[in-house]
Amino acid sequence: MRYGMAIDTIRCVGCSDCVVACQTENSVPIGYARDWIVELTTGKYPNLQMEIRSERCNHCSNAPCVRTCPTTASHYGTGGIVLVDHDECIGCKACIASCPYDARFVHPEGYVDKCTFCLHRVEKGQEPACVAVCPTHAMHFGDLDNPNSEISKLIARRKWKTLAPEVGTEPNIYYLL
Amino acid sequence: MSGPMKRREFIRIAAAGTGGLMLTTPVFSDRSGEIRAEGVEAPTRGGKRYPTYCEICFWKCAGWVHTNDKGEIWKITGNDDDPHSNGRFCPRGTGGVGMYYDEDRLKTPLIRTEERGKQVFREASWDEAFDYIAEKMKRIADEHGPECMALFTHGSGGKFFGNLLKAYGSNNIAAPSYAQCRGPREVAFMATYGEGINSPERVDIRDTRCLVLIGSHLGENMHNGQVQEMSEAIDKGAAIITVDPRFSVAAGKSKYWLAIKPSTDMALLLAWIHVIINEDLYDRKYVEKYTYGFEQLKAHVKDMTPEWAYGITTIHPDQIRKTAREMAHAAPAVIIHPGRHVTWYGDDTQRLRAIAILNAILGSWGRRGGYYYPETAHVTHYPTPKYPKPRRDWRDAYPEGTFNLAGLALANGICEATVPSLKRDCSIKGWIVNGTNLIHTLPERQKTVDAIQALDLMVVVDTMPMEITGYADVILPECTYLERYDELRTDQNREPNIALRMPAAKPKYNSKPAWWMAKEIGKRLGLEAYFPYESIEEKLDWELKQLGSSLEEMQQIGVKKFERESGSIYPMEDLADYEFWTNTGKIELYSTALEAEGFDPIPKYTAHEEPPMGFYRLIYGRAPMHTFSRTSNNPNLHDLMDENDVWVHPKVAKEWGLRNGQYIWLENQHGVVSKTPIKVRITERIRFDSVYMVHGFGHTNAKLTRTNGRGASDADLITNVKLDPIMGGTGMRANFVTFRTEPGGKEAAI
Repeated sequence: MRYGMAIDTIRCVGCSDCVVACQTENSVPIGYARDWIVELTTGKYPNLQMEIRSERCNHCSNAPCVRTCPTTASHYGTGGIVLVDHDECIGCKACIASCPYDARFVHPEGYVDKCTFCLHRVEKGQEPACVAVCPTHAMHFGDLDNPNSEISKLIARRKWKTLAPEVGTEPNIYYLL
Repeated sequence: MSGPMKRREFIRIAAAGTGGLMLTTPVFSDRSGEIRAEGVEAPTRGGKRYPTYCEICFWKCAGWVHTNDKGEIWKITGNDDDPHSNGRFCPRGTGGVGMYYDEDRLKTPLIRTEERGKQVFREASWDEAFDYIAEKMKRIADEHGPECMALFTHGSGGKFFGNLLKAYGSNNIAAPSYAQCRGPREVAFMATYGEGINSPERVDIRDTRCLVLIGSHLGENMHNGQVQEMSEAIDKGAAIITVDPRFSVAAGKSKYWLAIKPSTDMALLLAWIHVIINEDLYDRKYVEKYTYGFEQLKAHVKDMTPEWAYGITTIHPDQIRKTAREMAHAAPAVIIHPGRHVTWYGDDTQRLRAIAILNAILGSWGRRGGYYYPETAHVTHYPTPKYPKPRRDWRDAYPEGTFNLAGLALANGICEATVPSLKRDCSIKGWIVNGTNLIHTLPERQKTVDAIQALDLMVVVDTMPMEITGYADVILPECTYLERYDELRTDQNREPNIALRMPAAKPKYNSKPAWWMAKEIGKRLGLEAYFPYESIEEKLDWELKQLGSSLEEMQQIGVKKFERESGSIYPMEDLADYEFWTNTGKIELYSTALEAEGFDPIPKYTAHEEPPMGFYRLIYGRAPMHTFSRTSNNPNLHDLMDENDVWVHPKVAKEWGLRNGQYIWLENQHGVVSKTPIKVRITERIRFDSVYMVHGFGHTNAKLTRTNGRGASDADLITNVKLDPIMGGTGMRANFVTFRTEPGGKEAAI
């Protein structure tokens, strides 16, 4: 089993509901965020293109944060979800330096924090909060190893990209184009 | 205090300090905000969930407020049965918790008083505040008549103050959402189809094949249900055509982006009508069966060719033809969207008429994928005596016969009727302002402030220390929507439905719900017969029982849908007979109602004012995480966007030597300079003759600790208003700004 997300850049309007839903669901302190919106415009007026992405930890299969963590606080959990054990974390920030996606931050309580794919919800059979709340149904969560999952079918059918595939992290978030 | 009130000094609620905290034990016994139901077991964190409908914007999505095991408000999610949200809230609704937790909230009633020659607010008990208001209202009724009280409202609480005002004898009840927003649209569609658009908009985006957005930026304007349906339609392959001087998010998803020169939309619309008629692309059967005045329309647009429109709009004739054909190809599943905030240039009702006509000749009204026929659940209200009939209203401020077609009161009209004049017997002497920060809402701020200075009584009811509170004689702290019951939500949709809002927590501080305030003031005015219920639960339960439900049931389910009773949602689907509520019983391409009032029966193109040399048209809009100026201090939403910026085209930035991220001041054509500076965003996404900013920032009340001084307010700069002669809407897109690297000049009012 390998959990991942497919995020539809065509449906997404960049409203940030995923950001605030994550904050309230996970009690992320104000001023910090586990997910964020990237809006990119290319071209010259009036021939412009725009891409909007909801970004977060890519839960990489070859995660540099897990490799660089000196205490094994950063680890792979159920379905390959990359997690940080708060009690083991010494706040050294090696993982932050190694992450090409800038997905981690130091929580005011001293440990490193990031997206958990809402494991506490997933364990109950619910979707991550960002996916469940998305008003435009732009986000999909599921098992990438199961060819019959909705997310696998979407990726098979649609054009997609992952972020910075050249760095070899094997990210598990797919952006549908 | 005795004698007439001196000129009102603007007070930043400072004298009040944090004293509200000391007054948390109410000095009376009431049941407001009491939580009587247990709530439904929530799935996580050991708490409960309570039904609500959102108050952060007018879409009023229904959902659930979740509490944790300590009974504290934790999060808000959508109700799956709700047709406004389909179970999914927008960021503002999700972030609604911040409204409850905002520590800058108004905490206790305040009364204006004078200490050592300086006006300050002093803390008051609810009894004192109500006695003060009732005494002044009695005096206004005795000396001037009850019609000299007015209410401005933009929130659910306004319904109760509206009842209070009607019982007292005044009909001066205005929401800025009419004359400063959607009014021209309602009048134009009423003139054409005999029915308005209302809210949520009756557009069938879900099943459309072509959606045309004219200056409407759905996606940034998070009108939840519409945005959801737009994404759905895009996914299903619908063509989006966006007409906007700015490359909006919707433009980024469009098949065509027509970067129109601002203020020329009418020429484009007329050229589209020309192409559709001349290329025989219109729905002949539909037009023959349902419309009135087609021949006159055809003759009217004869010379309005795409080549004619090109010189006006800067849109290439090929693009005009292609997009017209795209619409016709999709018809009748096509929507030329009527927009929402449409008070732009003063001929707005006529522009919306052109939109209504274009839809009519494509046969989209009353058809799948076009405009559907909504239905509203009818609630029988708890019986109260008949309201007295007022002898006059705000219309007295204008010459007889003005704005006859305005369906609702004009907020600007109330201001006009408040400024003393020899031409009238009496001016308005008292205002109650509920949930609308008129300082940021109304254009021509100086006029608003002048009107306030002429008042004998100014009451502001709000949850936050908005700028308008600085002008109040009495401030009443309303509890947030998460802490109160309100009237049932009955807004239209495809299926009639109702939604309940109930408290998920006790009101924080010494704040109270509007229903209780209105009832208490009513009692002191001898109007208790109009508030015959002991508690709002009693009223709601009675009303719900008339609908075959009950308060208990609604506390469990939140939303209830009913069968349609009015017939088909698409009555024109098979060209069935239909009589429209117009003078002719037809869809009026040629408007007999407008003609009777002396206006053009078919819309004409009028050239509008253009920016002087070195000035740029000020265009304002919305961000998905904010509503008006009311959310910018909300901790969760402030965290998503904490200031606005001014969008400047790279060519313009180069000419002025502006850098990205630099803070500048904006100065308008009247020499008025923004109170606060704003950050420059250099972007290809805006035309070179315009600048753009998100509305709702540039607060100047230090008590809004998070948002004070952040970003700038477009409202500071809207001093040139183009009044719509048909319905009195305030056109606000006729303001032009230039750049200053220093403050100064003529400061905006307050």
